[in-house]
Amino acid sequence: MSLITDLNRKALDRGVPLTVHLDVTYRCNERCEHCYLDHDGDGEMSTAEIKSALDQLAAAGVFFLTISGGEPLIRPDIFEIIEYARSLRFNVKLKTNAILIREKQARRLRELNVEQVQISVYSHRAQVHDGISKVPGSLDRTIRGIRLLKAHGLKVTIANVLMKGNLDDAEGVRLLAQEVGAHYTLDPTITPMMNGDTSLLRLRITSEKLRNVFTDSTLVGNVEEFCAPPTAIDEDTLEGYPCSAGHTAAYVSPRGEVFPCVQFPLSCGNVREQNFLDIWKNSPQFTEVRGIRGKHLSTCKSCSHLGSCTRCPGLAWMEGNMRGPSTADCEKSYIRTGIPTANMLSRGFTDASAFAAPESVVSAAALIQIQPVR
Amino acid sequence: MTTTATTQPTPLNAATYLTRSNAVAARELAGEMMIMSATDSTLFSLNETATLIWNAADGKTSLRDIVENKICAEFDIEPETAYRDAESLVTNLAELGILQLSAEPRPQSQPRATQAQS
Repeated sequence: MSLITDLNRKALDRGVPLTVHLDVTYRCNERCEHCYLDHDGDGEMSTAEIKSALDQLAAAGVFFLTISGGEPLIRPDIFEIIEYARSLRFNVKLKTNAILIREKQARRLRELNVEQVQISVYSHRAQVHDGISKVPGSLDRTIRGIRLLKAHGLKVTIANVLMKGNLDDAEGVRLLAQEVGAHYTLDPTITPMMNGDTSLLRLRITSEKLRNVFTDSTLVGNVEEFCAPPTAIDEDTLEGYPCSAGHTAAYVSPRGEVFPCVQFPLSCGNVREQNFLDIWKNSPQFTEVRGIRGKHLSTCKSCSHLGSCTRCPGLAWMEGNMRGPSTADCEKSYIRTGIPTANMLSRGFTDASAFAAPESVVSAAALIQIQPVR
Repeated sequence: MTTTATTQPTPLNAATYLTRSNAVAARELAGEMMIMSATDSTLFSLNETATLIWNAADGKTSLRDIVENKICAEFDIEPETAYRDAESLVTNLAELGILQLSAEPRPQSQPRATQAQS
């Protein structure tokens, strides 16, 4: 057993929230056309409130802390926040568009021993990237930021969100990542906005195009392994839990609200009113989420994909039942393997074109990190 | 007389002071300290004794004091044996960049060694 697996197992056994994603703002200096946030800064936690939240997270045992937004560097106090987080010995990962990264910021992030910086790049071509970010010159500024971070010895991951507008540029971004010495991850998931607006789903790439991505060895690695048929369901799978949300992971919004995951908008409490550990241990919402095992999933428990599906409980919840299927992930399991899911069959599946994720879904699909960050 | 101490590794002895490295993340889980290096993302797990040393490594306490006041107080072990084991452990942790060694105390403030609530 690897050390990280052992760490996760210990955290799970003891009910420790090992990983927290903290959005420090929803404000942003880009207007990416696929973004699910409203960019509203109302009700943001103050510096003191964020420090208090960090104290609570550290006391609860959180080790891996992702600081994100919005654009986190838009906050004038961001380095005070990161410095405080590091003083509490969190492993800090920063998600940013890097537009505001200059020499001074890159050096400071290195000094603070931020473990990793993740940056979204949509294309290696300015016309395409800037067209998606809606900020002329943003690709040049982002790449400049990446180079500065790398020059200071920081680990950088380029996250390539794939949509209709940049579908042909995945290889170009992968090569760009290689050239600047960054890791590369591909994410073909487009999610509805947090306010329920599903118009963004029009940006999703088609099933046929997704199949091309899933069978491209330069993007997914070992295609045979990635697209392998599911293995037989065993007792461990039925007794297993669907994902880390609510088990070893949680999300804290800029307003202090606590959720199982950034993609699972089930409010469990607010750190402005209640201690995080109290919310984590005692909120009825967390208790319900972590009580769910594979055998409790209404349709999925009989699905051959149960052990390998990227099923998102947040998406399932927004579809109406946190124990139900998340249809977008059913589609991905089918596209990967060619084997229909139990959900598809129960809905009278005949062919792939007859089955697609419903556009009425009001949530986020599971993030597929085809190539692991670490 | 000038010294070359800044360019030479600090020799480890009972009077050496230990300081937790700022380049790592750390959290105690189930009695063991999990350490992750920010420079190469390597994950380490310290056992109970190493965790005790890590927590005591405030830059102001010597290895001798840590052994006598922490390890021997916590475990039923002879000071000589405890010191020998601790020296080996500290050498290893220093080589991994988890601990820093100095011949003099380091008065500057150190990040806290946070322990999770149960």
